[in-house]
Amino acid sequence: MSANRVRVVVTGLGATTPVGGDVTSTWTALLAGQSGVETLTTDWIDAVPVKFAGTAAVDPTEVLPRPEARRLDRSEQFALVAAREAWQDAGAPDVAPERLGVVVSSGIGGISTTLSAYDTWKERGWNRLSPFTVPMLMPNGPAAWIGLDLGAQAGVHATVSACASGAEAIGSAMDMIRAGRADVVVAGGTEAAIHGLNMAAFAAARAMSQRNDDPQGASRPWDRDRDGFVLGEGAGIVVLESEEHAKTRGARIYAYCAGVGYSADAHHITQPEPEGRGIIMAMTQALTDAGITGLDVKHVNAHATSTPAGDVGEVQAVAKAIGTHPLVTSTKSMTGHLLGGAGGIESVFTIKALQERIVPRTINLDNIDDGIEVDLVHGENRTLPAGDIAAVNNSFGFGGHNVTVVFTGA
Amino acid sequence: MAATEQDILQGLGKIINEITGIPASEVTPEKSFVDDLDIDSLSMVEIAVAAQDEFGVEIPDDQLKNLKTVKDVLNFIQG
Repeated sequence: MSANRVRVVVTGLGATTPVGGDVTSTWTALLAGQSGVETLTTDWIDAVPVKFAGTAAVDPTEVLPRPEARRLDRSEQFALVAAREAWQDAGAPDVAPERLGVVVSSGIGGISTTLSAYDTWKERGWNRLSPFTVPMLMPNGPAAWIGLDLGAQAGVHATVSACASGAEAIGSAMDMIRAGRADVVVAGGTEAAIHGLNMAAFAAARAMSQRNDDPQGASRPWDRDRDGFVLGEGAGIVVLESEEHAKTRGARIYAYCAGVGYSADAHHITQPEPEGRGIIMAMTQALTDAGITGLDVKHVNAHATSTPAGDVGEVQAVAKAIGTHPLVTSTKSMTGHLLGGAGGIESVFTIKALQERIVPRTINLDNIDDGIEVDLVHGENRTLPAGDIAAVNNSFGFGGHNVTVVFTGA
Repeated sequence: MAATEQDILQGLGKIINEITGIPASEVTPEKSFVDDLDIDSLSMVEIAVAAQDEFGVEIPDDQLKNLKTVKDVLNFIQG
């Protein structure tokens, strides 16, 4: 680790997911191996080949005041719910507005608003559109609303890189604090994409599971019988803070946000690069950035989405970049894939695993696929050793974006 | 049968509550939208759109800016 560099700590966590409406209920459900995936009964379900998804366990409109909720796209609602939880969890830090930033991303943005507003415009005319249509559909909307809510003036950003968006946001927030642009940054990812058009489009890309007779068994990373990802929704947010700022105010520190690595495959718009060069590069750079070696890493919360193409390649890359020793899991087996929200909630899970020294098992992993040497956590949860250890969250996105974030124990 | 002023006031109170969270009981004729109810211009647009659906009376933008109080809106809707 380079001397004199600002160290970044995690002081607050927030999440709303298919298995719980906050961090505590979500984490409890994950440790119990509960799936949040259910059969859908929406009016468009007959027009798509996939009949299930991971709908949020707690609807955000039940949490937010009605006048507020109606001005927000669902992706913004999730983000605000999780950000408020994280902020309170961090003890509502006393920080100057010009030293407070936000980096919160979504992969797709307010697509449900875009589509319903299109219907309103076509059927009823322009003057029936809500004046809040634009801020509801813009992909920077979740970050902007959180920034308004907290009065953040140091910069409010939304990094967009499909399913790597949430992790990229956390890396970017860490960079912001290291660069001295802010003392506290609220960061993470959100997504609300359970809509017929998205389900149809991902199905058209041949990326989604169609295990309609067994929705809770559909997300099965690394299992021989996996047939695609399961869409989930929700948000995961962390409060990052310079170590100095956190210690001065006596904050509880969950973990260090110790390093980040970014790369791009430059190979194919959706297919993973078969040798894993891009993801190896992201992981290697993240370890270097954190000033650690692969031996320090005891846990990987993998990107592993349950697609035939991606899962095995990722853990082969983990074996090369880190080693075969870390306990590797995919919480997507329970939450489904939150796209731009994935890096947000999975960073929260990685931090919880470090804090409580336990790794939730990957469910539905009945028959491990060929070519896997890493230690996959399945069947039962596994404990992590005491002492100075690191844990890694991987997130990869359509477009060939790769992001690895490293957390180390407090 | 034309709606009575009381019906319109009740309907307007419901719309304003839905959009702003202000209790419908506080929506009384003498109240100013900006000074008393703290309703901003974009919320007024939302209220006008909802009122159009509810009462079938279109409130054009150039008229909307002249409607300062709840009473002004009641009068406009009643024609």
